[in-house]
Amino acid sequence: MTTRIGVVTFPGSLDDQDALRAVRLAGGEPVSLWHRDKDLHQVDAVVLPGGFSYGDYLRCGAIARFSPVMETVIEQARAGMPVLGICNGFQVLCESHLLPGALTRNDHLHFICRDQTLRVENATTAWTTDYSQGQEITVPLKNGEGGYVADWRTLDALEAEGRVVFRYVGTNPNGSRRDIAGISNEAGNVVGLMPHPEHAVETLTGPTTDGLGFFTSALKTLVDAR
Amino acid sequence: MARVVVDVMLKPEILDPQGQAVQRALPRLGFEGIADVRQGKRFELEVEGPVDDAALARVHELAEKFLANTVIEDFTVRIEETEQTEEAAAA
Repeated sequence: MTTRIGVVTFPGSLDDQDALRAVRLAGGEPVSLWHRDKDLHQVDAVVLPGGFSYGDYLRCGAIARFSPVMETVIEQARAGMPVLGICNGFQVLCESHLLPGALTRNDHLHFICRDQTLRVENATTAWTTDYSQGQEITVPLKNGEGGYVADWRTLDALEAEGRVVFRYVGTNPNGSRRDIAGISNEAGNVVGLMPHPEHAVETLTGPTTDGLGFFTSALKTLVDAR
Repeated sequence: MARVVVDVMLKPEILDPQGQAVQRALPRLGFEGIADVRQGKRFELEVEGPVDDAALARVHELAEKFLANTVIEDFTVRIEETEQTEEAAAA
């Protein structure tokens, strides 16, 4: 039985096809999900892809958070379904309160696009078991509003509970507090990060294949859960 | 119809790089003496029916749930006196 991983397309999503391709290359069955459809079509996990959902009007991810599909995703995420939010997807997860904090305008105001080295700080989440703690991976990063902020109490709690999943190595690209690139919820099934692992799954089109581990991790997590 | 204005501002402790960029441009344009600039958002809501306490409470709820992200932003809600409402009040 193949494992089905859904990828939501919102109006303005850009990286949904890349995420679907990453799922296929990792050995899963990619399933396209539509923002207006509440039904998740029996998927085992969901990826919220990068892009500019609903034009990023109001705030990045603020309108997508109230889409029909997100009603079901939020409910299922709370029940333990693995959910990965990449870039705009990370913003949607924060706006949904599935993850704490918020993403703000890059401190230098410029849109940034480059290959970014990250350190894996937690290799036990649903999306990171194929990495090892402390491992450094390089994946593309492209965002204008990628500065992670939260109050110090939330930041301290994230650190203490091992919920900082990825940190930027070298120059902090956007002014994120404590160099945070990605975090998880308490249960570890919901992970959000600004850089793009789905763009680093083939040497033809990416700087590395370091991103593939996200998708193979989720597939193994789901098989183990059966 | 009455107008209710919702102003949304980044909390004081949140860095506002847009405001800083504006502030830094001011001396170049010949405007001296502006120590700080912060940039926010203003929403003008045209509300049907009377703006009583219940209507204001609903605007407050929508501002808190949707217009502002209270993790990083503060907001205020106020009724704006427009000519139209003044006329209506006079009539």
